[in-house]
Amino acid sequence: MASLWEYANPLKFMRTTDWLLPVVAVAAVVVTTIGLVWGFFFTPDDFRQGATVKIVFIHVPAAMMAINAWVMMLVASLVWLIRRHHVSALAAKAAAPIGLVMTLIGLITGAVWGQPMWGTWWAWDPRLTSFLILFLFYLGYIALWSAIDDPDTGADLTAVLCLVGSVFAVLSRYAALFWNQGLHQGASLSVAPGTRMDWAYKAPLYICMVGFGLIFVTLVLAGTRTEIRARRMKALVARERMA
Amino acid sequence: MIALLVRDLRLAFRAGGGFGLGLAFFLIIAVLVPLGVGPEPEILARIAPGILWVGALLACLLSLDRIFALDYEDGSLDLLATAPVPMEGVVSVKALAHWLTTGLPLVLISPVLGLLLYLPPQAYGWLVLSLALGTPALSVIGTFGAALTVGLKRGGLLLSLLVLPLYIPTLVFGAEVVARGAQGLDVATPLALLAGITAGAVALLPFASALVIRINLR
Repeated sequence: MASLWEYANPLKFMRTTDWLLPVVAVAAVVVTTIGLVWGFFFTPDDFRQGATVKIVFIHVPAAMMAINAWVMMLVASLVWLIRRHHVSALAAKAAAPIGLVMTLIGLITGAVWGQPMWGTWWAWDPRLTSFLILFLFYLGYIALWSAIDDPDTGADLTAVLCLVGSVFAVLSRYAALFWNQGLHQGASLSVAPGTRMDWAYKAPLYICMVGFGLIFVTLVLAGTRTEIRARRMKALVARERMA
Repeated sequence: MIALLVRDLRLAFRAGGGFGLGLAFFLIIAVLVPLGVGPEPEILARIAPGILWVGALLACLLSLDRIFALDYEDGSLDLLATAPVPMEGVVSVKALAHWLTTGLPLVLISPVLGLLLYLPPQAYGWLVLSLALGTPALSVIGTFGAALTVGLKRGGLLLSLLVLPLYIPTLVFGAEVVARGAQGLDVATPLALLAGITAGAVALLPFASALVIRINLR
């Protein structure tokens, strides 16, 4: 019976991604382009925010992926710790820099938007603060990966760090909420009734979110493939030396 | 385990530096901040809770890499790993020793530094209480960070990068207790949350630390 765990086999993973990666990559480019072009050129200006509202089409998807990337790393780390599939550990490793960049994009676009709207580049608002903290967690995780030579030890240690870090990241989020009431508006998209965003903005925003998700998948797959190839090369060099 | 605790305490007192260093660092921070910010009592009183908590946090950080590094280098850690004491116990004892040599002195000296920073009189009790409740969490979290980086040659800087984000919740609630105490507000909520973090960290993190030490000793 076919199961998800088959893809934990590096060979199977490489074979599948051989055709899957280009498909996802093209889809990511197309969807993101449609979403951004629609969002930037075919939506009306907001009556109070003017054209600055359009930064939401980058800001919200990037912020969403910044958190989702950490969740994905958490799941991958658990899979590695429990079932010892190397592809999983390498995928977590590949996801970290992407999550870091997404966090940075979220922070920078937020600052660019906040300057004209709130009159400040930065405010110690719970959401902004939690994102800065998330950024620090990404930095620590990546630094630990790059500091350890032995790949399996590195995978183990970073996986444990990811688990413990997740708990403390959530704690920090609530600590930040407790510490200061914010300037940031509520969630842009909410299932609760009475959300204020119009469909004219919502539709391209959803498309952008899907696009950013696809970009993330593309980059993680590509990064994981690179890591697998790097491992193979190391193994080949080691074998050469033994002979 | 008691023998291990006594041994660690003796090493900290005798090897020189380990014990007094954190305290001296705490003192220096309390001296440097007024020099940098200016001597106005209102400003200092306003920022004193935060400064004292950040100072305590950094002073704790300073001695973290000593927890495992020496034992790792001379092989005692391998012996401890094969000893009948479970690794979780070893890690907890190490954290306790770190707290007794770093956290507890910080708690005891903090009222004096509060005096230097014009901390309002009604906040002294809350300062001591919040540090007494919060520093065990700092030691336990720090032990986890030290365990993560024990095998690395130059782990010191990485250790601070890993541990400081983990300290954020403790810092927020701890400083909040003192700040609210200084203004005469109700401190029950942040105090309970601070105690919760400490209790959770003391109960759960030794398992993670022990796991990490085992991985590093492989």
